[in-house]
Amino acid sequence: MTSKVQSENNVVEVQNLHVSFRTYKGYAHVLNGVNLHVRKLERVGIVGETGCGKTTTVNAIAHILARQARIDQGELLFQGEDTLKMTSKELKRLRASGISMIFQDPIASLNPVFTIGSQMQDVIRYSGIEGAKDPKVQKEKSIAALMETSLPDPERMMKNYPFQLSGGMRQRICIAMALATPRDLVIADEPTTNLDVTIQDQVLQTLKQRVEEKDSALILITHSLGVAREIADRIYVMYAGNFVETAATKELFKECLHPYARGLMDCIPKLSGGGIAEGIPGHLPDYMNPPPGCRFEPRCAHAFAKCREAMPPMIEARPGHFVACYLYC
Amino acid sequence: MQEEVLRIENLKKYFSVELSGTNEQFVKAIDGVTFSLRRGETLGLVGESGSGKSTTAYNVLGMQKPTEGVIEFLGQDITMPLEDRPLSLKKQIQIVFQDPGTSLNPERTVYSILELPLKVHKLCEPKDRIKYVARLMELVELPYGYMYKYPSSLGGGERQLVALARALATCPSLIVLDEPTSALDVSVQAKIINTLLRLQKELHLSYLFITHDLSLMRNVADRVAIMYLGKIAELAPTESFFSDPQHPYTQMLLSSIPVVSEEEEAYKPQRIQSEGEIPSPVNVPSGCSFRTRCPFVTEECKQTDPMMVNFKKDHLVRCHLAREERIVL
Repeated sequence: MTSKVQSENNVVEVQNLHVSFRTYKGYAHVLNGVNLHVRKLERVGIVGETGCGKTTTVNAIAHILARQARIDQGELLFQGEDTLKMTSKELKRLRASGISMIFQDPIASLNPVFTIGSQMQDVIRYSGIEGAKDPKVQKEKSIAALMETSLPDPERMMKNYPFQLSGGMRQRICIAMALATPRDLVIADEPTTNLDVTIQDQVLQTLKQRVEEKDSALILITHSLGVAREIADRIYVMYAGNFVETAATKELFKECLHPYARGLMDCIPKLSGGGIAEGIPGHLPDYMNPPPGCRFEPRCAHAFAKCREAMPPMIEARPGHFVACYLYC
Repeated sequence: MQEEVLRIENLKKYFSVELSGTNEQFVKAIDGVTFSLRRGETLGLVGESGSGKSTTAYNVLGMQKPTEGVIEFLGQDITMPLEDRPLSLKKQIQIVFQDPGTSLNPERTVYSILELPLKVHKLCEPKDRIKYVARLMELVELPYGYMYKYPSSLGGGERQLVALARALATCPSLIVLDEPTSALDVSVQAKIINTLLRLQKELHLSYLFITHDLSLMRNVADRVAIMYLGKIAELAPTESFFSDPQHPYTQMLLSSIPVVSEEEEAYKPQRIQSEGEIPSPVNVPSGCSFRTRCPFVTEECKQTDPMMVNFKKDHLVRCHLAREERIVL
């Protein structure tokens, strides 16, 4: 999947990443060999249901995994550099100027006791851009960032506390913060899940526009295939710690190949009507003791003997359309 | 026409808030809502957060006493507070809440959760309770083995099925569903929705289905009502609602839904860029409450609040623009 020529253009490259979490009962093996790459200026969507490891994947990329997490094996490259070998000082710099993140819940990711202005200025102070230590520059840059996110009256907004703003505005402030200084990669972790549909629409448009203007790459995590379709150029479908399918957005929505992706697509209530499918029977496997073969096998209607034995590899079933399923081998 | 189970007329609920001790102000959570619900029908009540959908539900259940207006259940006035309602009436109206994690007692087993309504309403002999509970679990297709489990050991979907079984225990004729699937994944949602639809047919239930998901309503509801700032903006049979939306707010909502296929795109009305956010219900704009976000706003909208007009048969719209195209009945 990743030839030498491609890898030069990759902002992020994740290879065969295994992450497990320490629990009282032992290790929960969550990520099971994740391969991902994001090219320059590309907008990538990661779609999957609760608990499938979407957030763990991006947290590993930004090196903000919880303390009980352990990276068992794999490679994490950012701009060609191995981030696993970085010192904590270098990682700090990576997060201050390389990668920025937008989280799901803006009320939890903004500090309630500081004004928007002081939090924005902090982001700029540590970004290492020219004049970052000058309060005047910080203020100018913050106001410019708020303005570009089409927030009304940025001067006054700087003096407000997060609780004085509505959910949509708070999330826009997070976007403004994430893109206040140039970044190679922006990670948005379910940025619109808590918002109403009209506000979601506005926030997504802003995000898309800002990422384009600032020449950043974007990883968008979402559980909604519809949201991914609006934003992403390419989509990864995730199930139980594995990517099961990846393709360009258009290609994926033309035809889903993996049984899980197909099941997921059928479950979505359509605006054109026609009822809802029965859902996917069963639930996520136990991460403490996952199935040895394909992790979707216990719920899959098409499973056969081979599925129980070994993990199916990612194969190119159609040009540019990869799927991890023995049905296409 | 089938008999009306629920009839709500000009329902109002104001909450008083005191701002800086001077004059009392009111949050107009619901401001003149009128609709009815027939036997065996599903009425979808859709709106953004803060539009008053849940308040409507709580008034129907008697959890709050309306400020003004009439609520009739099978021709009987039920506008009294909960403590004055006879037990036989409470039995008839049940609710399923949004988050089964908080609506089920974590200290009780599934059996004792389902047993409680049987005790309260004296529905069967104490020795038959276990049979009755088993029958309830059968109805929602939960295995009997779950009877002695605690809610914490169940998945989100299974918990919601327990909440549903509890609502069914008293053989109600009306169930209020307050966002029953918005905390769940789509594959789980599909299962719950299909169970709800099956039970509705089998038991001839009426549903007041509260949600913010319009595409779900397309597949579930018989009629859809859309609320904005405590008032119904549009109320129509599902087919007519989605094929011929009249209110600019409905059009805005429909055009901001992220969809997954080209077929669905065709169902979206011409794109209306959503602007602004829902205003505070303390300071409702004069005239039409939607005018601050409406792209077609006229001078008239600022002056007078539009009346509900019959646009087509059973298709009600509350907008000055719709009046001009009205078909004379």
